[in-house]
Parts: sequence; C-alpha cells; structure tokens
Amino acid sequence: MSWISSNLWLIPVLPLLASAVLAVTKQPHRRFAAALAIGSMALACLLSWDAFLTTLHAPAHGGIWRDFHNFRWFQMGDQWLWLGWLLDPLTAVMLVMVSTVGLLIFIYSVGYMEQDANFTRFFCFLALFGSAMLGLVMANSLLLLFICWELVGLTSYLLIGFWYHKPSAAAAATKAFITTRIGDVCFFLGILWLYGQSGTLLFYDHGRGCLEATALTSMVTQTTISGMAISTAIGLLIFCGAVGKSGQVPLHVWLPDAMEGPTPVSALIHAATMVAAGVFLVARVFPLLNASSGGGAEVSGALTVVAWVGSITAVFAACIAVAQTDIKRILAYSTVSQLGYMMLALGVGGYAAGVFHLITHAFFKALLFLGAGSVIHGCHEEQDIRRMGGLRKYMPATFATYAIGMMALAGVPVFFSGFWSKDDILHSAFAWPVSKGPFFLGLIGAFLTAFYMTRQVCYVFYGDYRSAHGNKRQNKMPHESPAVMTTPLKILAAGAILLGLLGTPAWPWFQDFLTGQHATFRFGQLFEGEVLGLMLLSTLMVAGGIGLGWWLYGLKPATKAEAADPLERVQPAVFGLLREKFRVDEIYAATVIKGTFRLGEICSWFERTVCEGCIRVVTYVALGFSWLNRFADEYVVNLGFDTSCRNLRQSAGLLSSLQDGQVQNYLRVIGVAMAILVLLLVWGGGL
Amino acid sequence: MSQCPYFLTILTLTPLVGGIVIACLKQDKEKWARGIGLGFSLLSLASVLWLWFTHNPAGGLQRIERHVWIPSIGVEYFLGIDGLGLLMVLLTAAVVPFALFAPGPREGYPKSHYSLFLFLEAGLFGTFTALNFFHWFIFWELSLIPAFFLIKLWGGPRRSYAATQFFIYTLVGSVAMLLAFQAIFLATGTFDFVELARLGRSGQLAAALANRLGWQQGSAAMLIFLGVFLGLAVKVPLVPFHTWLPAAYAEAPTGTSMVLTGVMSKMGVYGFLRILMPLFPEQMRMVLTPLLWLTVITIVYAAWAAMAQTDLKRTIAYSSINHLGYCMLGIFAAMKFTIGEAQWTTEKAAALNGVLLQMFNHGLSASALFCFIGLLERRAGGMRGLNDFGGLRKVTPVFCGLMGIAIFSSLGLPGLNGFVGEFLIFKGSFSLASWAAAGSVLGLLLTAIFLLIILQRVFHGPLNQKWTGLADLSAGERWMVSPVIALMFLIGIYPQLIIKMTNPTVLQMVSHLTH
Repeated sequence: MSWISSNLWLIPVLPLLASAVLAVTKQPHRRFAAALAIGSMALACLLSWDAFLTTLHAPAHGGIWRDFHNFRWFQMGDQWLWLGWLLDPLTAVMLVMVSTVGLLIFIYSVGYMEQDANFTRFFCFLALFGSAMLGLVMANSLLLLFICWELVGLTSYLLIGFWYHKPSAAAAATKAFITTRIGDVCFFLGILWLYGQSGTLLFYDHGRGCLEATALTSMVTQTTISGMAISTAIGLLIFCGAVGKSGQVPLHVWLPDAMEGPTPVSALIHAATMVAAGVFLVARVFPLLNASSGGGAEVSGALTVVAWVGSITAVFAACIAVAQTDIKRILAYSTVSQLGYMMLALGVGGYAAGVFHLITHAFFKALLFLGAGSVIHGCHEEQDIRRMGGLRKYMPATFATYAIGMMALAGVPVFFSGFWSKDDILHSAFAWPVSKGPFFLGLIGAFLTAFYMTRQVCYVFYGDYRSAHGNKRQNKMPHESPAVMTTPLKILAAGAILLGLLGTPAWPWFQDFLTGQHATFRFGQLFEGEVLGLMLLSTLMVAGGIGLGWWLYGLKPATKAEAADPLERVQPAVFGLLREKFRVDEIYAATVIKGTFRLGEICSWFERTVCEGCIRVVTYVALGFSWLNRFADEYVVNLGFDTSCRNLRQSAGLLSSLQDGQVQNYLRVIGVAMAILVLLLVWGGGL
Repeated sequence: MSQCPYFLTILTLTPLVGGIVIACLKQDKEKWARGIGLGFSLLSLASVLWLWFTHNPAGGLQRIERHVWIPSIGVEYFLGIDGLGLLMVLLTAAVVPFALFAPGPREGYPKSHYSLFLFLEAGLFGTFTALNFFHWFIFWELSLIPAFFLIKLWGGPRRSYAATQFFIYTLVGSVAMLLAFQAIFLATGTFDFVELARLGRSGQLAAALANRLGWQQGSAAMLIFLGVFLGLAVKVPLVPFHTWLPAAYAEAPTGTSMVLTGVMSKMGVYGFLRILMPLFPEQMRMVLTPLLWLTVITIVYAAWAAMAQTDLKRTIAYSSINHLGYCMLGIFAAMKFTIGEAQWTTEKAAALNGVLLQMFNHGLSASALFCFIGLLERRAGGMRGLNDFGGLRKVTPVFCGLMGIAIFSSLGLPGLNGFVGEFLIFKGSFSLASWAAAGSVLGLLLTAIFLLIILQRVFHGPLNQKWTGLADLSAGERWMVSPVIALMFLIGIYPQLIIKMTNPTVLQMVSHLTH
C-alpha cells in the first residue's frame, strides 16, 4: 500500500481538468492552452513514473504484484455497481508509455500546430484523450475500461475531424467512429454477458473478480451454443471490440483514413496509444481468453482466433503498404500490420512478447509519424512520397531519427528494439502447438515490413527533390523543422534503440517484470534451443527485404514524380490491386453500407406507403361513412322531414289564409253562415 | 410547509391558475403572457425541486391526499407520489420552462399559446400524481387537448393533418382504455390503482373479470389487458401504433415538440409501470414473447427509418421511438417469469432503474435536440433539411459544440447521461431476455450512424456559402441550454443522484412482481 497506488486516480484526472478548463477557454489564449495541457501531462507523467517505480520495488511473492482500489458508483436493487483502479506491472508500463509518448507529442504539437486557428481546441481534445487513455490502462473494471474506451473513441473522432472543413476529414471521422462502434457493440454484449455470468465487472476483487479463479472456473465449465465454453464466447465478443479499435481485419478500414487528422494525432492516437488499446484489452483479459476446460494444456478457442486474426492482419496490411504512395498511409498500414503482430503474439500465448512489442512499437512508430510530420511540414504540406526525394540533405536531423525508426520497425538486428520484440513474437509463434501457420505468416510479414520501409525511405530521403514547385527562387525548397519538433524526435529515437535492451533473450527483464518473475542475466540463454536459429532466420528475412528494396528503389532513385513504380512495371495487375487496398472499401460500400442504407430506405418507404396508406384507407372508410350518413340525412331523413314539413306548411298556409285579419271577411263569412243556417232551419221545418 | 397536506394539489393547480391568469389578460397586456408563463412554470419547478429534496426515498407512496369524491362509483380524490412519480414530475417541471424559453416565431406567440402550455403542464402534473383512475384519466385526456391546439394553431404547413391524426389516434387508444376500465370497475367496484394492483398481484382481478363478464377466466382478463395495452402502446408508441408520431413531432412548433417528446411520450411508459405491470402481470407474461419481438422491431425499425429521413425533426422523432423502445425492452424483460428470485432481483432492478433513468435522460436529450433544431430553423428561415446546410461549425462553433454534446448524449456516449440508462436496461435484459437484448443492440449502432451523419452533413465539410452570415448562439440562448447540458454531464457522471430516489420504488415493484 503506497501513496501512489491509492492516489492513482490523479493521473487521468489531471489532464481531464486541463481539458475541462480549455473547453471554456477562448481561442486567443494559445500559450496558456499549451502550457496547461503540457503541464498536466508532465505531472501525470511524473506520477506514472512514480507508479512504475513503486511496482518495480514492490515485494514479489512469486506472483504478479497487484494493488487495487474499488469504489461504488451507483446502486441497482440491493447491489452496487463497483468501479476501481488497479496498479500492476501491465498498468505500470502502459502508464509510463502513454504519458511519456503523450508528453513528447504534446510538445511536438506546439510546433506543428503553430499556425492553426483552433490551437486551443486542439490541446483541449489532446488533454481529454490523454486523460481517457490513462484511465483506460488503469481501470480495474471492465465497465470503467469501456467508458474510457468510448471516450478515446470520441477524441479520436474529434481529432480525425479536426480539420472539419475538409470533406475527406469529416467523412473519415464518421467512418472511424462507426467502424469501431461495430466492434464496440459486440464488446458491449460481451460485457453484459460477463456481468450476468460472474456478477461483477471488477477484474480483481480479493477472489471475487471476474478474472479470478472462481469466476473463470464457473465460466469454463458452462457451455453455450455448439458446446462452446461461455468464457470463450465472452472472450470472442470482447475481442471484437479489440478488432475494431486496433484495426484488425476485417474492421481495419478506418485506420488508414484516420490519417486525415493532424500528424501529431496520427502519431499519438493512431499509432502509439489508442490503437494499441485493443491489444492492451486482450492482454488485460488474457486470463479469460486463456481459460479452457483442459487447464493449461489445452489451447483455448478464443486465443486461436486471436492468433489467426492477428497473423492474417499482419501480412494483409503489410502487402497493402507496399504499394501506397502517401507517406502517412504507408505508416498507417504498417501500424495495422504491427498491431496484427501483437495480436498474434497474444494469441499464441506470448503475453509478455505482445506487450513488449506494444511498448517498443509505440516509441518507434510515434518517432516515424512525428518524422513524417516533420517531412510534411518541411515539404510544405506535401504527403506524396513520389514528390519528395533527397530530403536527407535538407533535413539531416529528421533523416537520422527517421532512419533509426525505420530500422527499428524493420527489425534490423541487435541495435534496434523492433528486432528484439519481433523476434520474441516469432519465437512464441514457433512454439505454438496448434499450427505453424502464424509463424510463417509472421516471417513473411517481417520480410514485407523491411521491404516497404526501405522503399519509403528511398523515395523520401534519397535521389533528388522531385516536387513540381521545388524552386529555389521562390524559397519553396524543403527546410528542417524547428527544435521544438526535432527534440522529441531525438528522445524517441533514443527510446527506439535502448528499449530493446530490456527484453533480450539473454536478459528478459521486461518479460519477467510483466509475469512477476525475478529477471536474471544469463548470456547462455541466447544459445539455447532454437533461439539463435530463429534469430538468424528473421535476420535473413529482414536483410532480404531491405536488400530487395534497396536494389529496386535505392540504386536508381526515381527522377520524376510521374515515373511508374518499379514493381508496377513488373506486375501491374498485382500492384494495382495492392494500391487499391484489395478494394475492401469498395466491397464494403457495395454490400454492407449500401445494404444498410437500402434497408433504411425500405423502412422509410414502408412508413410512407403502408403505414400512411393504412391511415389513408381508414380515413377514406371514415369519409365514406360520413358521406353515407350525409346521404341518409339529406335524402332519407331530411327529405321525408322536409316533405312533411312542406305539407304542414301548405296546410298551415291554407288555414292561415282563412285568418287574414280582415273583419269584413269574417263578417261576410258569418253573414253567409247565418244565412245558410237560417235556410237549413227553415228547410228542416224546425222553426 | 413540509406538513402541507395539499402539496400535490397545489402543484397541479399552480400552472392551471397561471393558464387562467394569462387567458384573462387584456389585449394591451398580451406581451406579459410569456413572462407570466415562465414565472408560473419556474414556480412549479421550484416547488418540485423542494419536493425532490424533501422526498423520503424509502418512504414508499407519500404526500398522500385522499378524499371521498363520488362514493357511489368508487371515485376518490387520491394523490400520492413515489420515486417514479417524483421523477416524472421533475421531468415535466424541467422541460416545460425549457420549452417556453425555446425559440418561437419572431413576432412571438399570442397569449393563448402560453395559456395552453400551462394547461398542458397542469394535465401532466395531474397525470403523474393521480392514483385513482377517474381523475387520472381526466388529466390524461386533458393534456391531450392543449397539445392538439398547440400543434393545430402554431404548427408547420401540414399541422392540421398532423394534429388531427395525433388526436384521433390517441383518442382511440384512450377510448379502448376507458372501456377496459369500466369493465374493471364493474368487476371490482374500485378505480383505486393501489387496490387494483393488489388484486392484480393476487390473481383476484382476473377471476373477478371472468366472473362478471361470464367468460373464461383467461380470455376475459386478456381482452381487458389488451384494451389498456392499446391505449398505452399508442402513447409510447410501439410499432405499429406509431404512425401519428413523426408527423406530430415534425409539424408541432419547437416548444410543443419538446414537451411532446420530452414528457408526453413518457406518459405511456409511466402507464405501463403504474397500471399495466401491477394490474396484469399474468396476462403480460402470457404474451411476453410477442411483446419482446415487437420491442426489438420498434427499436431497430425506428432507427432504420430515422436513417432515411432528410428532415431533421423527423429523424429525431424516429430516434425518439427508438429510445423509448429501450424503455419497453427493460419493462418487458423485468416482467419475465423467473424462479429462484434472489438472483434475479438485481437484474430486474437494474432493468427497471434503467427504464426510469432512460425516461428522464431521453426527456433531456430529445428536448434539447428539438430545441437546437428549432434554433437552427429560426436562423435559416424555416429550413431544417439534412442537406440544406454544411460546414456550419465554422460560423457557429458554440452551437455545434453544444448540439454535439446533445447528440452524443443521445447516442449513449459514456460520461453523458444516455449511457447509464441504456447500460442498466441492457444489463438487466441481457440476462432475462438474451435474444431480445442482443437484437436491440443493433439499434445502438444504427443510432450512432444517423446521428453522426447529421453532425457530418450539417456542421462539417466546406461551409455552404448561403449561411456565411448565420449567427452563433447568443448569450441568452447559451444560458437557456446550459442547465440541460450541465444535467447531461451530472447524471452521466453521478447517476446515483437519480437512482437513490428511484431504487427503493423499483425494489418494491420487483418484489411485487415476484410474489
């Protein structure tokens, strides 16, 4: 029990407060906005490091050290809904990674967004993102994790669409939110199911949590449709959320489009942190996914799916990256592919390897994106690599750091972190008892990664500057970026190199830290089993990729921006298919999207015709009745009434004409009557 | 004042008096109508808030007023309030002043508009506090009449059609309900909801009905159940009884739309909770499967229909049907027959707490959305098509930001109010009626699609040159919407604020359901 673990909530709350203040800050206070966001993030970063060191020095009793604090949120019936936060090695490394990378990118943004009119708003969203992401990694409740998960999705939406006046950005933002929400809806169902089954959403709660033995055992033994263990079904539903967030096939389509956002956003959210949240989620609920009725011996169905989805994504996205020409899109597909690697690692049971790759990838991919941002900035907002070239002369600092990032990503041996983490993944995949498929897919991916990164670096930094408006007189030549942008690059580059040393097979400190073991340095481990053999094999792949790339693009750099790609000349059909991203977007547009909107139209049509039609029919029937009524009234009832009235009136008229008020007439009638009466009496002989 | 025995009566009378005062204003004082209307509605809000803070959550029905009225037909004047009624009264009291502040025509409304509005509020207060069918029904119908005139007199171009349809449709439902209650009275000799609920729970109601009508026990009760059900289903509405709604919401003037969707749509759900659920538990369980399917259809169909609309008001109208569908899902799931009660109590309580929260949340977010559309419509000279705008965020950033919050509240973003209610409903119903809940989840996705499309088409993209001069929210308008926006955050972050009031009532409902 230490101060930091009971006050861990401060870490996400600090940036949240900054964001709330900035939400009501007026646009002109730019300096204040940047200072507040960076200050809050720096404090969060310090606290994260404190948390990390606490975890490091925590007494290990043979297992993973955990400290958690739960609190009540609201009531339902006689129970409470609990939330909480958790400090364990996984949280600690994620906290440090997110806050450190986040802080560097915040600083970089000051330079990158300098000219933007909505500078304050940008930092407000960034701080909100930082808060939600930090909350996500320290949640001790699947519900709290989901809340933060949705909030990072919101900030991703806001920041992709930050330049909302661009129709492409507005569309990309909507697409990102909706595509990830498809996964999230399944994730939500998974949460509901898990809650119903285990009665809690807390991960750890002194033996009552949903990731602890009691709950897992009960979920493994019960089965659902077609004999699937409930834990597997829930695990797969939760994994759907990870598929959406981490851009795995088939929900990867939003991530490349998300590059419409400003480059720091791409680096922070769509490369280093948020997209890795899916991997983190899988790592967090790993006990659930890993649970199987056969104990440790049997491989669970859920993890098998994770492994295959990951390995297919790794190769699929790497293929697409080969044929792209937008500097950020290449990196985006590379991110998708690397996230596939991490999933692959987790799927084959290499929990520590997957998380290790997550951390190293965060550093070198953030570095690459920020480098790309620096390149774009230097080339006057140009993003097409065919119109760059020769930048190593104009932007030496960017080039040096970018090259480090590229080599780390490609997995150049020994000195770069990507090598060690990727090798660890391949090693886990090789040991997987189910199939060697993921291992071979991983090898192909390694080759492709090395190849497309070499291609990109050759296009951007070698040869001559090919921009159409590259003209010395108009001062339109590329220029190096300011120090506020290059300094974070240098720090990240250092991280991209040094981090690898923490996870070598000789001294697997990182992996042991995560799994709660005490790391020991044993040089001999390098030569045990197939370790060295696999290392050589992957080195061979990398060398092949880089060699082929250099041979195609480096030896004779393109001289004109319009020149066809060397690969295109060899295989135009395949290259075309890759350039068009296997036409996945088109297929979706023609099927799912069109189908959804068509159904909407059908519903609307149904409303207009059938529903309104029914009303209309009822109305007409009612009108018909009223017409009948009127007919009856006018022609039957009224007519009869009128006729009798008329008769009455006529007879009345007749009668009334008798009583016309003329006294002489009355006298006349009386006189005549008298005369007749007299005559009658006389005639009768009465008188 | 806490001992004041006639508090609820006074509460209902306040807007009624206000309405009469406004109606009696002289021609030259007509400009005071709005101020007086606002004054009376804010007075009601203040007294409801006082009611809220002095309410004892664990106290069951309280502030009971009970007087013999027409003893020969079992009519009593019987008022009382529990967590459910209190929440609805609060919603009414909050939405009505908000709707009175809402934008109207530039020249303003005549005094009769404000007068009708207050009559409507009185009708709603009366409905949510009455515990005897007789005056409950009077208020239920009484609220219909001002609404009819508000649509008919100040609505859009097709107002006559919409108002008539609205009136006829709900009237048919009401007549069915009235007939059903006459049968109930004949059978039991009482109109008292509390007493009827007791009879319903014990099964005596069905027996009495069968006895009186001379039919088989099942069919008599079922027929009466269906009569009441029809009256309430039209009001909610459930598909296929919803056809009056889009036209009525779209044609009504902004303020009326806000009250229609914010409060009046809750009358149906309230009726389900107060009448149908306690009186006919057995009958409801017999047709529970079709009802659940009807609910899933309501949720998904309405969302899909919303997606194809181009009139913003119609989109939100369909979205309202969709949101109330979640309430129905929670209610029907809670009705599910279960064995081994203890373990299901939490699920049922979660679902019903979710229903109550959802009613309140939907009242806030839907009325806010209608308000924003009204503001937009007024600025754009009556245009409110999905494709009439574009890029407005550039000229109206504050408007876009606040409406964005309302939109995200409506699509259930965690941190805002909508999420908690939906989570609780789904949490409860997933265990009780898994397939219905799983099917309804599709509605969450579809809602996100059409709401984000609204944001994209109206506010994002290049600025439509026609609207370069569009004004952002004025200070007054910001003040008007800020309390509602603040509530969205407050309930989203601290839902216990509401749940602590509703949970005891819900627990009581659940215990009645299971015994």
